[in-house]
Amino acid sequence: MYDKGKVLAGLAVFVGLMTFPFWFNIGTAAYERPKLLLPKDSKECVESAEWMRAEHMQLLNDWRDEVVRDGDHDHVSSVTGKTYMKSLTKTCMKCHDNKEQFCDKCHTSLSVSPYCWDCHVAPKGDK
Amino acid sequence: MKNSRRTFLKIAGLAALGWGVRPAGNLFASSGGGHGSASGVHWGMVIDTHKLTDAIIEKCVEICHSIHNVPTIDSKQDIKWVWKAPFHSLFPTQDHKFLKDLSHHETLSLCNHCENPPCVRVCPTKATFQREDGIVMMDFHRCIGCRYCMAACPYGSRSFNYHDPRKFLKETTPEFPTRAMGVVEKCEFCAERLAEGKLPACVEVSEGALLFGDLNDSHSEVRKLLGERYSIRRNPGLGTEPSVYYLI
Amino acid sequence: MLEKALEGNKVYWGWLGFLLVLMGVGGACYWVQLHEGLSITGMSRDVSWGFYIAQFTFLVGVAASAVMLVIPKYLHHYEKFGKILILGEFNAVAMVILCLLFIVADLGSPQRLMNVILHPTPNSVLFWDMVVLNGYLVINLLVGWVTLQAERNQIAPPNWIKFFIYLSIPWAVSIHTVTAFLYAGLPGRGYWLTAVLAARFLASAFAAGPAFLILATYVAKVFANFDPGKGVLATLGKTVVYAMSVNIFLFLCEVFTVYYSNIPSHKAHLDYLFFGYDGHGVLVPWMWSSMIMGLIGIGILLFPKNRKRDNMLIIASLLIFVGAWIDKGLGMIGGGFVPSPLHEITEYVPTQLELGVSLGIYATGFLILTVLYKIAIGVKREVEIS
Repeated sequence: MYDKGKVLAGLAVFVGLMTFPFWFNIGTAAYERPKLLLPKDSKECVESAEWMRAEHMQLLNDWRDEVVRDGDHDHVSSVTGKTYMKSLTKTCMKCHDNKEQFCDKCHTSLSVSPYCWDCHVAPKGDK
Repeated sequence: MKNSRRTFLKIAGLAALGWGVRPAGNLFASSGGGHGSASGVHWGMVIDTHKLTDAIIEKCVEICHSIHNVPTIDSKQDIKWVWKAPFHSLFPTQDHKFLKDLSHHETLSLCNHCENPPCVRVCPTKATFQREDGIVMMDFHRCIGCRYCMAACPYGSRSFNYHDPRKFLKETTPEFPTRAMGVVEKCEFCAERLAEGKLPACVEVSEGALLFGDLNDSHSEVRKLLGERYSIRRNPGLGTEPSVYYLI
Repeated sequence: MLEKALEGNKVYWGWLGFLLVLMGVGGACYWVQLHEGLSITGMSRDVSWGFYIAQFTFLVGVAASAVMLVIPKYLHHYEKFGKILILGEFNAVAMVILCLLFIVADLGSPQRLMNVILHPTPNSVLFWDMVVLNGYLVINLLVGWVTLQAERNQIAPPNWIKFFIYLSIPWAVSIHTVTAFLYAGLPGRGYWLTAVLAARFLASAFAAGPAFLILATYVAKVFANFDPGKGVLATLGKTVVYAMSVNIFLFLCEVFTVYYSNIPSHKAHLDYLFFGYDGHGVLVPWMWSSMIMGLIGIGILLFPKNRKRDNMLIIASLLIFVGAWIDKGLGMIGGGFVPSPLHEITEYVPTQLELGVSLGIYATGFLILTVLYKIAIGVKREVEIS
């Protein structure tokens, strides 16, 4: 093999980089779902918690186009049948009113930074 | 097999073309604004320049900018949704040397929510779009900040967020979002208030100097006034068909 | 063929190193812009397009100039242009990339730039500009690369490339026409609302572009011993003088229409640019310089004797290129936005950071141009030797 030393060295670096996520956390604790501060006043969300955990990103994306572009403000819950107003600030954050103890907990641990709050005013004295 | 790769590429190319037919069809079906609806609501505003006083103008600007979190930036990179402007600025072709003080008479300037909006025509992402009820809306989520709409607007109604607006906001109204740096914004005829059956904020505080209503409803107050008194619109020769009328 | 760009002398690497430093400076300035927004520029609520868009507008024209080599060579079999054709095509590639970089640098929310593709809007001229610019980039890359590769292997290029070569001719015209249409359909902007804007843009492009090619070929002559062939640059000089004459003529047509009709909303902009308006006139000396440079350039190139002399050709090309740059790269934007539709004056001058970003972008374009030219000239030398 030409340049055997260089090739093997390069290969080792490549394999190391590609498997980084697997070996970097060896020895540290496994991922634990963060404890979230749940709303005090309400027992039910717009949809079920399990569904929300997976789908709230898509839901908010759909809502923002439906509200702004189609003028369609009403969301009917598939769980309770109640009608809610499609609004991050006026619906979601009316109950989930502490961004740091609720939204940020999961987002921070998963290294997700949604830009919603660049514009939508977060309650509890956030920027 | 001879030429198998070439044949494969040819078939793949044809397949891509075929798959592209439906999206292309959808694409060309959507057009770019410029149609008001003859049936249905068409929102319009009538500004009575006789009733407007400097105090009322200030109230209108203050309420609009405060409930919509419009920052106060004291530079040429300012943002204004509705503002005080003199007659000779808004109607330069109607100005003449014998008007004396009337030339400097202050009135309100805002987005005209044109029936034929050039800004909607030029927006490359449909971030500014025209609703069925005539309101020219902004989708702040989609705006890429190219500012083509600002070049296209013949009335100077649009502002761009050169800065992060929150740096210039002393107080924030939590129910309405701020905007982020890098998007264009303007008056939206208080669409969020209209959705709750309320009048635009500036109209509410104007003590009767501003009227708002359905231009398609021949019995509405705005239509009555427009039929009884002379009114002008800004630069009507451009064909934009503004929905804001100035009673003179 | 890329390996041709990896072998060079100290001057070559020094030049690339210098460009990389400039790119670093530009990158740092752009970093500031990403954090502070476009507030770091000299733009304002009234003048919402500035130096970046002006550079894009000018460079689209320079890119389109490749067609001034393609038409004589492929439609009229003027074989003398054969040697420098690749320089024109590669120049188009570098210039279009510059245009795209300037457009992205100008965006307020560049992270959303995919929205133009995700939400196509055929009624917006900006959408079509994206289409034609990227298309022209692909065409020139394809044509340049394939023909160069064929030349290296000393065979005729494949027949299918002819389709793209012929396509590049109307496409070149279209890129600058569409760019002009960005401006020429806006109802409130009297300086731009003229039917001759597209024609003017094309004329000034076909003057500035070949002028740039002449200058670039001289640089290649000096630093790479590249020989374009006898009389080739003199012929290109003919293109420059014809195109610049048409440009000046169309401009004078503008002047006549505006001043003879005496309509204030149209007059105001030419007044601002050439005489100052209401005491404001930061661009006045620039515009007059641009006119004088253009006229002197034409004056020199009118005479065949001058076109055959290197120093005259270089001076004239430089004058015309700079003159056209001032007209499009400074005057077009300033004149269009000032005075505003409310007849208010907010002047525009680019800031240092804005110029820093632009410098970095220009350096990127010149880096690409240098590398591509190195490849082209390297291949031609290889063929010559064998």
